[in-house]
Amino acid sequence: MTALTRIRPADRPILIAFGFTILILLIGTAYTLSTTGTVPLLQPSYLMQQLQIGSFLGLCAAGMMLVILTGHIDLSVPWTLTSAAMVATAIGGPWAIPAGLSVGLCVGLVNGFGVSVLRVPAMIFTLGLDTVLRGLMVARTGGFAPQDQATPAMLYLAKAKLLGVPVALFVWIAVSVLVTFLLARTTFGRSLYAIGTKERAAWLSGIRTRAVVTGAFVGSGLCAALAGVLLAGYSAKAYQGMGNSFLLPAIAAVVLGGTHILGGRGRYIGTFMGVVLIVLLNSVLSIMQMPEALRQIIYGTVIIGMLLIYGRGTRISE
Amino acid sequence: MTRWIGQNRGFAAALALFLALYLSYHLMHPRGFSTAVLVQNSNELVAIGFVAMAQTVPVLLGGLDLSVGAIMTLAACVASWLLDGTPLQIAFGMIATLAVGTAFGLLNGLIVVYGRLQPIIATLATGAIAIGLALLIRPNPGGNVDGDLNWALTNSVFDFAETYGIGQDGEATWLAPFVNIPLPLILLFGMACLVWLPFKRTVTGRTIYAIGSAEGAAFASGLPINRARIAAFTLAGFFAACGGLYLAIQTSTGNADVVQAGAYTLNSIAAVVLGGTALLGGTGGVIASILGAMILRAVSFYFRILDIDPLLQPLIEGIVLLAAVSAVAFRTFRVKNQLELFR
Repeated sequence: MTALTRIRPADRPILIAFGFTILILLIGTAYTLSTTGTVPLLQPSYLMQQLQIGSFLGLCAAGMMLVILTGHIDLSVPWTLTSAAMVATAIGGPWAIPAGLSVGLCVGLVNGFGVSVLRVPAMIFTLGLDTVLRGLMVARTGGFAPQDQATPAMLYLAKAKLLGVPVALFVWIAVSVLVTFLLARTTFGRSLYAIGTKERAAWLSGIRTRAVVTGAFVGSGLCAALAGVLLAGYSAKAYQGMGNSFLLPAIAAVVLGGTHILGGRGRYIGTFMGVVLIVLLNSVLSIMQMPEALRQIIYGTVIIGMLLIYGRGTRISE
Repeated sequence: MTRWIGQNRGFAAALALFLALYLSYHLMHPRGFSTAVLVQNSNELVAIGFVAMAQTVPVLLGGLDLSVGAIMTLAACVASWLLDGTPLQIAFGMIATLAVGTAFGLLNGLIVVYGRLQPIIATLATGAIAIGLALLIRPNPGGNVDGDLNWALTNSVFDFAETYGIGQDGEATWLAPFVNIPLPLILLFGMACLVWLPFKRTVTGRTIYAIGSAEGAAFASGLPINRARIAAFTLAGFFAACGGLYLAIQTSTGNADVVQAGAYTLNSIAAVVLGGTALLGGTGGVIASILGAMILRAVSFYFRILDIDPLLQPLIEGIVLLAAVSAVAFRTFRVKNQLELFR
């Protein structure tokens, strides 16, 4: 415990998340050893495959983190992702990916306008926009999966391998490096932290808070759209509700990585670890053929348990 | 009157919006106003109404409860096993259902207070646990609910009295003024008046408002902060369980549907905001949120009488929601000192 107290408080969640990831791997390996006598979890190819699937969640979480750092939240991720995928497959050709990303850009701009200029709580505005996007897509597709196919470029990004490593993983790493740079080395990144800590003080010290908050939402929209384009490539087409399973895990990954849900604190490497943790937890649970019910219970318990270990929030009296 | 409107501007606006929507709905309805339509409309309102009530209490103290939809689902799944047999067994089943929801709410409160976690993320996790438990209890949709109970509680007062032989099978003169009131409405508003209004006047209830307005000041004044927080989440669990209980009675089934639970949670937040309760806490109330839920429902009633392409329904619902919450933003452009916009 003395070693733990000497570590900087900001690094503690990251280390705990890392330790927990190792623990999950060990439990999973012990399980596979005792049942089949093999160790699939420790094979690089298997881990690569899991991280390839995890890269979609990773992209969503990266964008989500930008928004959470400002003290807001983006609930429009599921249908931003789905709309981008549907638009990209519908446009097709060389413009498929730019078209998908522009959906994310537009969603981000509208979210940013609603939250920073109109000052509607992000929780409800992004939720409303999510419903509108769902409505647009249902009206366009008739509620069925569209027939359009993913373009070769999308298939390449999502499925191909470069030097034995999935290209999707490279995309995730590229976005990660970009976000890390943004957060640590640019005025924009530092402004995100400032706004999340105390928006009033940030505004008084000359930060253009409206532009920065809009920037955070645009980042989230672009990341979700990129995840949508890749996911459409991975499954060769877009389908209804393809983004539904990404919202809550993305928030969970950001928070498990030590980012404060009310904004102002957190490091990107933590979010990265949070995504790896959730992806591996899911993969170990599916190896164990855990039924959905127990899966949900374990999932919830792990989040609560880890947050309790991280050290609890400060008392109001402090 | 003007003073009341000034003090309850959000509530008054919500009331006006609802009346406008609902009256014009009845004017446009091909058969006009009738008890049958009223009963049907109020039946659709109850579950979301209760969940909106549940969401309101944590919102008042500045938190959010993302597990209300899941608790409702859990309660509905529990109820789908227990609401059959002798009247005594049914009564026990109802109490057990409400107890499960209340206990889960209490667990939320304990985690938030003694675990010192942010409510939004703690309830996100406990919501997953609640859904998991619901799936364990009801792996497949189904259930067995007493037919009389289903009929009596989802119709007008007359049918209720007739089913259980109260007041000469509903023909008694003292019952005459009430016979056409839908029972679901009585349940919903009755629960709000019997539980929420007295609770609001207790020290614990006032403390919830105080925490939402200024937590530091509430603490410094020696108000029972921990007790109020635990009570708020427990009450949320109780109201959510009421919604689940009614849903099980209404549909005669329990269905551990993850998507439906999420939709109820999100709609409950929308209803709370439409009712005029501030998401930052401190102002608003449970009755206002029922009104918010009524607005949400009234919008969907239009789809039946107007010849709107069903494929456009989600789009229109979304636009109405977005427009309604953005309307609040007019305040933003009237502020003289921009500093007031920031916290």
